[in-house]
Amino acid sequence: MTRKEIKVYVLDHLAGRLTCKEFVERVTDYLEGSMSLWTRVRFHLHLGMCLGCRIYLKQLKQTIHSLGRLPQEPVPPAVREELLRRLRAKA
Amino acid sequence: MDGRGEQEARLWGSLGDHLWVDSPTMSEVKQEPVRSAGARMAEGPLSERLRNRDEAAFTSLLDRYHGSLIRLALAHVSDHSVAEEVVQETWLAVLEGIDQFEGRSSLKTWIFKILANKAKSRGVRESRHVSISPLDLNDENDEPAVDPSQFRSTGYWADYWNANPQPWDEETPEKSLLSKECAAYLQQAIAQLPANLQQVLIMRDVEGLSSKDVCDTMGISEANQRVLLHRARSRVRRALDQYMTGGIRPE
Repeated sequence: MTRKEIKVYVLDHLAGRLTCKEFVERVTDYLEGSMSLWTRVRFHLHLGMCLGCRIYLKQLKQTIHSLGRLPQEPVPPAVREELLRRLRAKA
Repeated sequence: MDGRGEQEARLWGSLGDHLWVDSPTMSEVKQEPVRSAGARMAEGPLSERLRNRDEAAFTSLLDRYHGSLIRLALAHVSDHSVAEEVVQETWLAVLEGIDQFEGRSSLKTWIFKILANKAKSRGVRESRHVSISPLDLNDENDEPAVDPSQFRSTGYWADYWNANPQPWDEETPEKSLLSKECAAYLQQAIAQLPANLQQVLIMRDVEGLSSKDVCDTMGISEANQRVLLHRARSRVRRALDQYMTGGIRPE
């Protein structure tokens, strides 16, 4: 057994097994703060021993971060003019 | 989600980050997108100014949200010109309705709600609107967040990574998450999502609305919203992974 495998084995039996496959399905619950305390503990124990899931979580955060920075379409001048005309008409 | 839960999540989130992950912290991830950072502070006077038909106020609102509204409209209707029409109708409704705006929600949420309602009825006419049936949210119909082939299938380590995911290097200039090319790719990935996933993802992650506001706007429960958000984020992560790592994975 490698060192990593021993760590996983010990943690699994202490905390209840949480596999990587489960981890990637629970990650939104985790980020949304809708996880029970116990699941969160298991989640963190898994995160602590699993590089793959740390990378996965980071990728997901990078995804969310990039989504929040998407560029926007500008307002077409004709649309702006038309809407301002309507605004003036209402004044 | 109550305030305590959120606080706790943040606590745990940042704890996890410091211990184990060198990544944006929870507070960064939860932050509003950059373009709306200043919006909240200015909103009080903005709705007042709008009521007084202040052109500058309306112009700043247009600049801030027009593109966002187009994007959200496109999650309901497929045609760009139809989306533009829906957004124009929305702005007219904002001008009409601003005197009745009570400030119970933020001005932004209020405008997004108007858009969602208008776009929804247009989408129904185009028969693109997908109502969310319980069946959609059934586990058996669920698609996995990660291709099952990425996990080991047998032995004690079954369901653990076969090979770790490849980290996305943000430093290499040719494949940057912040590049224009990546943004275009990301928008394409969003456009390929089913309508309801698109709507949730755009409102939550692109425009930074709260989960409560998204639930109100779409008329769904928090739990359903979370399922949709999870699927949408998972799919977009997969798409980005293909982009960032060129679809090649080391064995």
